[in-house]
Amino acid sequence: MKPDGRKYWLDDPRNVTKIYRGLWAIGLGLVLLDVIVHRHAEAGFDGLFGFYGLYGFVGIVVLVLGAKLLRRAVMRPEDYYDR
Amino acid sequence: MTASVPAGLILIAAGLLWPLVPRAARGWLLLAAPVLAFLQLLSLQVGARVEIEAFGTVLQLVRVDKLSLAFGYVFLIAAFLNAIFAWHVREGPEPAAAMVYAGAAVAAVFAGDVLTLFVFWELTAVASAVVVWAQGSRRAYAAGMRYLIVHLASGMLLAAGAALRYAETGSLAFDYIGLASPGGALILAAIGIKCAFPLLHNWLQDAYPEASATGTVVLSAFTTKLGIYALARAYPGTEMLIWIGTLMTAFPIFYAVIENDLRRVLAYSVNNQLGFMVVGIGLGTDLGVNGAVAHAFADILFKSLLLMSMGALLLRAGTAKGSELGGLYKSMPWTSGFCIVGAASISGVPLFAAFVTKSMILVSAAEQGHLWVWLALLFASAGVVEHAGIKIPFFGFFGHDSGIRCREAPANMLVAMALAAALCIGIGSFPGVLYAVLPRAMDYSPYTGSHVLAQLQLLFFAVIGVFWLMRMGVYPPERRSVNLDFDWLYRRFGAWLLAGLTVAVGACNAAVARAWRGAAQRSVIWIKELHGSEAVLARTWTTGSLALWVAAMLAMYLLVVYL
Repeated sequence: MKPDGRKYWLDDPRNVTKIYRGLWAIGLGLVLLDVIVHRHAEAGFDGLFGFYGLYGFVGIVVLVLGAKLLRRAVMRPEDYYDR
Repeated sequence: MTASVPAGLILIAAGLLWPLVPRAARGWLLLAAPVLAFLQLLSLQVGARVEIEAFGTVLQLVRVDKLSLAFGYVFLIAAFLNAIFAWHVREGPEPAAAMVYAGAAVAAVFAGDVLTLFVFWELTAVASAVVVWAQGSRRAYAAGMRYLIVHLASGMLLAAGAALRYAETGSLAFDYIGLASPGGALILAAIGIKCAFPLLHNWLQDAYPEASATGTVVLSAFTTKLGIYALARAYPGTEMLIWIGTLMTAFPIFYAVIENDLRRVLAYSVNNQLGFMVVGIGLGTDLGVNGAVAHAFADILFKSLLLMSMGALLLRAGTAKGSELGGLYKSMPWTSGFCIVGAASISGVPLFAAFVTKSMILVSAAEQGHLWVWLALLFASAGVVEHAGIKIPFFGFFGHDSGIRCREAPANMLVAMALAAALCIGIGSFPGVLYAVLPRAMDYSPYTGSHVLAQLQLLFFAVIGVFWLMRMGVYPPERRSVNLDFDWLYRRFGAWLLAGLTVAVGACNAAVARAWRGAAQRSVIWIKELHGSEAVLARTWTTGSLALWVAAMLAMYLLVVYL
């Protein structure tokens, strides 16, 4: 598992989970800041509460799911062009 | 230093001298050339010209304005960083070709007329093809050949467009061109190839990842940004570019998600970043064009940094494929750190480069009322976080431990990455320095509470989205594979077409040959029947029968005369 026998902090899945939860905590905290900081809207509707957070999250999910569909159509074996 | 020596020629001369100097001096030569050329640029005044008479016309070898200076500065910085990154390479054609390539790009952005531009345009094509070939494999040879064909086509379009315009206007000047004339359309197509417009883009993803660990870094800096420079000079405010650019930002990122070769992921990322610049130029506003130039400047630095970290991986771990890597932060902590700086810079984290450059283009799109474009660019920005911000460092250095243990990157590579990282953070933290060299006047400050908060929300939730998908088991794993793109049309379909044509032409050829052979055989038989040793015409006749026939002929003659 660990060829050099050293144990790293990130090797422990519990620490990875800590980071993941930390991301959620900071992200939600940033969205809550919308209440305090008045965000200047560039396009009008982006002034809505939590717009950027939601758009980023949904955007990524749409992107990755779309790419999975694309993969079905275009993925070929690695030596496709060498045959 | 006099202004009469174009800065690009200093680099070209250094590249040509490189094979002739002793090995120990080679690295220093490549390091000194960009420094000298940079000092030369600093001494130039806006408005300076160097003109020569040739071909019965006046050629403007050097035309100095803020646009050419901005690209000149960053090209020289890139050439300098490359010289450090490839310090250990003392053999083969790559370092010399790379320096000639950089010099040609610098010379091209200072060219005041289309003919001079064309000469250096072609020189970048040939020199960069040599950089691809220098990797040495058969794959690199084939990819370099495809790359060269595409770029020579771009050069031909440029020459044809320039000739049409010359016939029409009598001028070779390279200034605003626009789409009003057919020559303008041809030149736009030539530039479109360099900028990797949709369907003209595949040379980029095809060739860049086939170059060597050091070669790909060189390639990423110049060709596409030369295209952006030419676009910014000749086609600002061309509305079509807004749509082309938007497509470029949004389409390649889907491929970037599923691509396994991390250097090819970055090639798709180049395509996506170019899209932002093309939109900025299409908008044509001061903020949009400045944003495009600033983003080109920043992209050269952070894309170089990311590709350097991948080059270091390739050198040390022997591969840059996501499916084979992981856990390398244990062996290469410094490289991982620099890679993360590059990832943060391209993602537009506040205090890092893209935060102060890409945002100009988005703000300008919103100001011009292009809501859908703005939304698409925002979506593409989230996509950048996915493929360049997370995927590159995560699959390269973190993620599942591949068990690979290797040495940290060589010192010269670390120095180059450290400098690039420092520049990325410097631009992001002190944008005023970069804004001062931009071509247009503008009033823009990126560090408002509103902008910082909006960007942080977008970034954090994009990151959360990726990790959420990973933990849900939905995220597509890295697989050893190739993904078919538009180049399938000429690499596979074209090959099939050619093979089919070969068979068809061969069959026709054989049928015609058969027919000819048959006809020849039949005529030989016929001639034999007539003239062969036993045939009618070869028979020996007796003297008596001959006399009889002569008498008959005389009788006929008499009859004809007296009747």
